[in-house]
Amino acid sequence: MIGVGRPKQYANVLEKPLGKGKQEVSLNAYSFLFSELVQYNQTRVDNIAELERRLEDAGYGVGLRVLELLCHREKGNRREIRLLGILSFVHSTVWKSLFGKVADSLEKGTEHEDEYMISERELLVNRFISVPKDMGNFNCGAFVAGIVKGVLDGAGFPAVVTAHFVPVEGQPRPRTTILIKFAEEVLQREARLG
Amino acid sequence: MARLVPRAGDAVFANVERVNAELFTLTYGAIVRQLLTDFEEVEEVNKQLDQMGYNIGIRLIDEFLAKANVTRCVDFKETAEVIAKVGFKMFLGVTASVTNWDADSTECSLILEDNPLVDFVELPETCHGLYYCNVLCGVIRGALEMVSMKTEVRWVRDMLRGDDAYELRLKLLEQVPEEYPYKDEE
Repeated sequence: MIGVGRPKQYANVLEKPLGKGKQEVSLNAYSFLFSELVQYNQTRVDNIAELERRLEDAGYGVGLRVLELLCHREKGNRREIRLLGILSFVHSTVWKSLFGKVADSLEKGTEHEDEYMISERELLVNRFISVPKDMGNFNCGAFVAGIVKGVLDGAGFPAVVTAHFVPVEGQPRPRTTILIKFAEEVLQREARLG
Repeated sequence: MARLVPRAGDAVFANVERVNAELFTLTYGAIVRQLLTDFEEVEEVNKQLDQMGYNIGIRLIDEFLAKANVTRCVDFKETAEVIAKVGFKMFLGVTASVTNWDADSTECSLILEDNPLVDFVELPETCHGLYYCNVLCGVIRGALEMVSMKTEVRWVRDMLRGDDAYELRLKLLEQVPEEYPYKDEE
């Protein structure tokens, strides 16, 4: 574990103490690494949709693990089973743990019952990214969308999750909105639970 | 010449913006998994991780020189100390110790006391040849190349492979003399 002094050998990763998760690395180190992830994936695709899909895949694996980790550490080995519960878990607990703050907003879509949005004025992964004009609507937030999808899927709330730029009046940079569209079965179950 | 103020790395680390180490660890894990899926051969994955590290290193050195407040190192010994005490601290929040110098001071080992890349990691049977943290070799090699030192960096001990420590072997191959016009006036 980080920060426990001299590393101790464990026969098995599951025997290691979980740690408090307070350790930090520099933002630069993370940004360099993330930029390599994006650039590497850029060499393996020939269109933007494919690139976003690959970033989402990478994020998905992170999301599954974050869910497991945080349920053990923060929730006393329980996980949310209600729609609003899991959404606020993502918006608050997950965001706070990964990005150091609660997400700027969590809203319900006005047009569709099954849509929710998490918005962030300056998403960590988009901070040092400028998207060239010829790449259209490409959004590195796809990685974070993948994390959200991983958390939701892992908790039994399958959803389609996408990241979008939304211009904000008076601000030079758009905010990023993570759009969550739940599968039909999730809403049906939620209705049954009353 | 750069005299290392004790705990210089701590001061720098305290002043840079930071993110949660678990996000870093898990993102790195996602990269390794993607490479393993794409290349299937662990040897290729090792190579790719080293290449990614190299790309990071050649950019990271600018950040380091701008923020770390160190001046030119007089010799390779000092360089190694700066990497271990300031470099690792500034970016990863950990320090390494420098040991096992050879007789002509061109080769040494960096022993990592903590390694934020390997949290939650267990290597499966199928990945025996994998140097999970190979990105670090590339980073050091790339960064040193930008300050005119050609080096070879490799893992000699890796706890994920059952060793008792994380040990990087650092070897100075040649010091490339700067050519006119000099990049700075020192």
